[in-house]
Amino acid sequence: MPAHLRTLAGVSGDVTLDIEGEVTRRSILDALERQYPMLRGTIREHVSGERRPFLRFFACGEDITHNSPDDPLPQEIASGKEPFYVIGAIAGG
Amino acid sequence: MSSVRVLVGTRKGAFVLTSDGKREKWDVSGPHFAGWELYHLKGSPADPNRIYASQSSGWFGQIIQRSDDGGKTWFQPGTPAGAPKTTPEGMPMGESNKFVYDTSEETGKPLTTHQWYDGTAHPWEFKRVWHLEPSLDDPDVVFAGVEDAALFKSTNGGQTWQELPGLRGHGTGSQWQPGAGGMCLHTIILDGERIFVAISAAGAFRSDDRGATWKPINKGLHSQYIPDPNAEVGHCVHHVAKHPSKSNLLFMQKHWDVMRSDDAGDSWTEISGNLPTDFGFVIDVHAHEPETVYVVPIKSDGEHYPPDGKLRVYRSRSGGNEWEPLTNGLPQSNCYVNVLRDAMAIDSLDSCGVYFGTTGGQVYASADAGDTWNPIVRDLPAVLSVEVQTLT
Repeated sequence: MPAHLRTLAGVSGDVTLDIEGEVTRRSILDALERQYPMLRGTIREHVSGERRPFLRFFACGEDITHNSPDDPLPQEIASGKEPFYVIGAIAGG
Repeated sequence: MSSVRVLVGTRKGAFVLTSDGKREKWDVSGPHFAGWELYHLKGSPADPNRIYASQSSGWFGQIIQRSDDGGKTWFQPGTPAGAPKTTPEGMPMGESNKFVYDTSEETGKPLTTHQWYDGTAHPWEFKRVWHLEPSLDDPDVVFAGVEDAALFKSTNGGQTWQELPGLRGHGTGSQWQPGAGGMCLHTIILDGERIFVAISAAGAFRSDDRGATWKPINKGLHSQYIPDPNAEVGHCVHHVAKHPSKSNLLFMQKHWDVMRSDDAGDSWTEISGNLPTDFGFVIDVHAHEPETVYVVPIKSDGEHYPPDGKLRVYRSRSGGNEWEPLTNGLPQSNCYVNVLRDAMAIDSLDSCGVYFGTTGGQVYASADAGDTWNPIVRDLPAVLSVEVQTLT
């Protein structure tokens, strides 16, 4: 997660989530918000549930930002072997 | 002994500046919420240790923060430490950051569009909280002025927020239009049953029933930059100030023009008088002299810096029209900073203190009502807001 979100959630480094059922972008973000409710609304807008425009999602080196949020993610993500990335647009330069 | 606490919101965090009543030596803490924009922080008059803060980001949206110990520690009131993380229905908490416009049938006017810059209808979209105004007598009650312009209220210490829909729905909402900075509700003044708000670029509005119903109060404002210069709404009001002891006396810094009203906004007269320019953002009133007013003239709408590179606060002791420049301790050459609309504050010590922050990161203080100035800090990020608490 971007550094500002890690600060908000009070975590450092990667976050590990337990997910029942299929691992998708939606199930990851739902689990993240359940475990760290202070992040609710910061990645997906409160009311619409839409991704905030300066954020993108990557899995196994692939940009999945514009895929369906309900698409199953690769087994490497589901098993925890590879991280799921929430990336913020570069600020500054 | 008395002391003061100055709350400073900047582009990259919040800072808390404290001093004893002499206001000569200052302690600086911060940055709090480093890297985030802090549009506003304000303490509760009923409980000075209760402070609300608006933290936001173009990446991650709006966060409401609260301190119950005078700014030492902070938390999101919707997710207090140790509280359940989910509602009984299994939904995540974190409701303190949720601002949802009221479009219910019950309140009668599900208003969904305002004017865009080009005059077309544009949907109302929440962006951020510009101003937080705690109740005068209940620390758990706080109002929030937001962009796109609307007024929200929390009665549980910022845990949840409800819109007061009578403002957007009173009839002119569909005509409101954003200024260059966005369509923001930036001024909230509480006075018993009355609430005054100001919106850029819609104008000023008043409720006489604690926010249930509203009416525009813009008669006498004249704005050459809009199609009908004397329109009921559409004026770019930058800030409004009021002395607590005067129910009907208001002062306004408009986009251009400094104005006063002696009838709670029912009518306005211009008091720009001998100001070098009547463009500006801040305006405030002396704590003990209701007719003593402060402004910081800015050159023009296209040149947001002081005229002639001289940073001057102007003071009128006669309620306007006759203004004197206050320069002692302020830079009088090569100064090209701006002072934004919420970046001036007044303390209530016997010798009235005046404070303001600049986009260059300076926060200046005067412990003698503006006669002399000293910088408390010189090199903060651009200052968005300044508030002061007088502590006893």
